[in-house]
Amino acid sequence: MITDLRFRGASVPKRLFILLMIVVMCVYVLLILYPLFNMVISSFKSNREILTHPFALPDTVDFTNYRVVWVDKGFNIYFLNSLLVTAVSMGLVLLFGSMGAYGVSRYQYRASTIVYMLFLSGIMLPLKAAIIPLFLIIKRLGLIDSRLSVIFIFIAMGLPSTVFILSGFMKGIPMEIEYAARIDGCNDLVIFRRIMMPMTAPAIALVTIYNAVPIWNDFFFPLVFLQTNTRKTLPVGLSTFFGQHATNWSLLFTSLSIAILPMLLLYLFMSRYFIKGMTAGAVK
Amino acid sequence: MNVKRLRKASWIIFFVTPGLLIVGIFILLPLFMSLYNSLFSWNQLIPVQFIGLENFKRLFTGYPYNIRFFNALRNNLIWFLTTMVVQNSLGLLFGYLLSRNIPGYQAFKRIFFIPVLFSIIAVGFLWGLYLKPTGLVNNFLAVIGLDSWRHAWLGEERFATLSIILVNIWRWVGFPSLVFLAAIDNVPRECIEAAHLDGVGEWRMFWRIIFPLIIPSITIIVVLTVIGSLNVFEQIYTMTGLDGGPNYSTDTIGTLFYRTAFGSVDAGSPEIGIGSAIGVVIYLLTFLISLISILSGREKEVQL
Repeated sequence: MITDLRFRGASVPKRLFILLMIVVMCVYVLLILYPLFNMVISSFKSNREILTHPFALPDTVDFTNYRVVWVDKGFNIYFLNSLLVTAVSMGLVLLFGSMGAYGVSRYQYRASTIVYMLFLSGIMLPLKAAIIPLFLIIKRLGLIDSRLSVIFIFIAMGLPSTVFILSGFMKGIPMEIEYAARIDGCNDLVIFRRIMMPMTAPAIALVTIYNAVPIWNDFFFPLVFLQTNTRKTLPVGLSTFFGQHATNWSLLFTSLSIAILPMLLLYLFMSRYFIKGMTAGAVK
Repeated sequence: MNVKRLRKASWIIFFVTPGLLIVGIFILLPLFMSLYNSLFSWNQLIPVQFIGLENFKRLFTGYPYNIRFFNALRNNLIWFLTTMVVQNSLGLLFGYLLSRNIPGYQAFKRIFFIPVLFSIIAVGFLWGLYLKPTGLVNNFLAVIGLDSWRHAWLGEERFATLSIILVNIWRWVGFPSLVFLAAIDNVPRECIEAAHLDGVGEWRMFWRIIFPLIIPSITIIVVLTVIGSLNVFEQIYTMTGLDGGPNYSTDTIGTLFYRTAFGSVDAGSPEIGIGSAIGVVIYLLTFLISLISILSGREKEVQL
């Protein structure tokens, strides 16, 4: 396009400007990639090597550290817990969120605005600030140290944005489709499942990434509610591990690699979806 | 007719109830409980006596809470200002350059977003190791001959907060960049092309044409920065610890709040009353500052 910032045909000051900007951006790229690279090579080194030759490549690539952290130190269990908690919360966020969005966007009734507002009330309120009453409620429900506690809170955390994004999407689907189905004898549940859900699939993919990444990464609520080691999620497990092995840098870098690399790998294959999904709440 | 209306009403109830129930119990109820609890004195988990606004008075004027609270609030303000100036301006610049298809923009775009996906915990611990006195950052300074620049980045009061903020910016700058990129891509092409053909320079093009048209997304980023700065917790927890060391120099409302609610402020016991008061203050600040940003953003908005 003619408005592209290109070297060809540009004036000298403009060329210098473009060059300078590319250098700035390359510096940030290096600042991102090198620390990650150093993390991975450090996980293959001994403590001594990390401290004396921080920039050198490891002598051997030996996966002993990974076995120790993954199996002996229980990161496999943290990983499974994170997977379980994220999957269950996300499933229910999508189910209840799409039902709620359908209920507020596809029917005309006086209270619909109020119901919509109630759903959206959580979008600006930082749920962390409510940790004391949440603690009292979870205690009353007998869910302290149960993975259900964080699942409930994650569902609550995900619902406002899900209803917001999905109801906006559903409003754009013509009502005639629904009328036609109704004449054919479909009831509301069938319309919701067989017509609305397939039609909102792109928005659902967006909402899934928008919520799953913060839930997978969340630290605060599992920190407060999960105490038994075998129930902790990956971020809390990582924190516990750092508390116990503060001086063993070799193992610490291994644990960080285990926590970070799966997300990076997933991103390599689905970067477009991640970028679109994560910015979905802020981009119209 | 009535049967039909009843059927419609029961379908609506069927669809919205599960979601509303969860939002009600885990978002709205806690909001009101915070307000209510902050008006009582507490013995551990049991409310003892109605004391009006006494908890707020103690938070603002009683030792040690007053000193800790305003110290923390000051740090949150530093977080907000530094993030606005450094991260969001960089984001705006990157977003602009990417939208003008600068050479290599596809790769830049994808790489910038990588750290955004990582948990704050992992990023905090990783940089916590790199910023140690024997860590990578100091080693790097030694290699390039800047020995005198070596510091205990997280151990010295004058550097600690700034170091943590920079780590957070490292993690997050890709987010505003791509939000602004999407916003600028939504500016009608004709506007930019027409200006380009008229020979408008980059600087004027940005401030006169693009900036006024992306004010809505700037407002969103400002509001998100407000919320983010008031909620800083994990960054401090991983890099300088729950007490916001050294000597409370990195303490924030978030860490103070956590210590008040569960641990101890200056070795006291958990204080539900004062903790709830802090929670209410966080709610109010978030709400007020967001409202101000939205209103002033709306004033400056331009329609094509």
